Amino acid sequence: MALEYPSDLKYQDSHEYVRLDGEIATIGISAFAVDQLGDIVFLELPEIGDALTKGESFGTIESVKAVENLYAAISGTVIERNDAIVEAPEQLADDPYGEGWLLKVRINELSELDDTMSADEYQAQVEGE
Amino acid sequence: MANQEELIPEALPLAQTPLYQLALELKARLTSFGGWEMPVQFVGISKEHQAVRTAAGMFDISHMGKFILRGKQLISQLQRLVPSDLNRLQPGQAQYTVLLNSQAGIIDDIIFYYQGEDAGEQRGVMIVNAATSSKDKAWILQNVDQEQAQLHDVSSEKVLIAVQGPQAAVTLQEFVQEDLSKIKAFGHLDAIVLGQPGFIARTGYTGEDGFEVMVDSDVGIELWRSLYDAGVIPCGLGARDTLRLEAAMALYGQDIDETTTPLEAGMGWLVHLETKEDFIGREVLAQQKARSVQRKLVGLCLQGRNIARHGYQVLSQGKVVGEITSGTLSPTLGYPVALAYVPTSLSQLGQQLDVEIRGKLYPAIIVKRPFYRSKTRLLT
Repeated sequence: MALEYPSDLKYQDSHEYVRLDGEIATIGISAFAVDQLGDIVFLELPEIGDALTKGESFGTIESVKAVENLYAAISGTVIERNDAIVEAPEQLADDPYGEGWLLKVRINELSELDDTMSADEYQAQVEGE
Repeated sequence: MANQEELIPEALPLAQTPLYQLALELKARLTSFGGWEMPVQFVGISKEHQAVRTAAGMFDISHMGKFILRGKQLISQLQRLVPSDLNRLQPGQAQYTVLLNSQAGIIDDIIFYYQGEDAGEQRGVMIVNAATSSKDKAWILQNVDQEQAQLHDVSSEKVLIAVQGPQAAVTLQEFVQEDLSKIKAFGHLDAIVLGQPGFIARTGYTGEDGFEVMVDSDVGIELWRSLYDAGVIPCGLGARDTLRLEAAMALYGQDIDETTTPLEAGMGWLVHLETKEDFIGREVLAQQKARSVQRKLVGLCLQGRNIARHGYQVLSQGKVVGEITSGTLSPTLGYPVALAYVPTSLSQLGQQLDVEIRGKLYPAIIVKRPFYRSKTRLLT
């Protein structure tokens, strides 16, 4: 399976992506990370109204093999949480960039995204090119 | 999530089994395990797990240590190394047991297959863990009279394939000359596999009915391909771990090691103090049996989907009392299960404990082992 890296997203080296829509960011994890984790069984995400701080952990993702922290690429306030995916985390693998999104966040400071990677940069890094 | 380096196995010089190329062909994800580069999954752990529980799956376990043992006094020589009474074995029977150090700590868990006597020599096969293979070999050679018992290490010459699941017997039969239905659980025989000599045992590490087949490398490659074409699902170490954990089988280096004794690990059924002469570790086991052990390996189940993993702390009324040795979300049962050492006073079935997972306490209850029992498994 060829992994996708949509070019309209920003990526972190810890595998979270950000889709920007004005001052609202949709946060999820990359197809590469989902593929590496294998069968995902559990997601722990913050509540609506909670604050995210850039660089800090905002939740965990657990697969049969491993548990990993999720790190915020930007600071902001959670305005929506994908409860469908929390209920059925195994479905994250089917569509990580669409139905498998995790949070929508109102961004505090847009410039915080400056040190994220483009799709090409991220792909080159994870695929070791 | 973590950085990429933590997700991808380190690039160390690792050994590969003769079936390595076949794993690459099937695009298996690989991992380092006990010095070997092994498939951790092919199509996905859950699917592989389900295949073994409902149909048939196969595992390349060629990385495990394989010893051919022979000698005029083979059984009496091995008797000194294990707490189990090997004199009970009839030809064609096997014993799961442990090699012990003088403190009754487990050097390794092994299976010894007794093949019987041939021209005045007793013959057997021993299968040991991959990472402990050279340690085991040195220990055996050091502790047996090599006039009376000889060890031939065929680990690198032979392929070992485990075919497991309710459909294992009927599928494997197609490639084996002998009637597999005549092999009882834990039974074994020298067999003709794809026209070539091999060794087949009705044993496994999944809690299902199944077989372990030892053949030369070229035969093993052909057998793997044939089984694949017959619809047997290739499985990796990931599914092997979730399957064995549901069956509450110990993993060496995690649930048992040189600091744990078989009585602490709940393996009392393989300690035959009454019928045995002296063996290494006997004194400690006799004391533990007389006074009862201080701690025991127990099975825990948790609610929700939080997995209690290796190294997580177990608490009772706010106080740390033990540690998780293995844990997973049971694919068959749908809830998390784990193994942990706890004080004997807190080891009763139904005992409520807590497990600390990422800073929070989650209730856990001690339940019977195994967590899962197959309906199709052969009875001994």
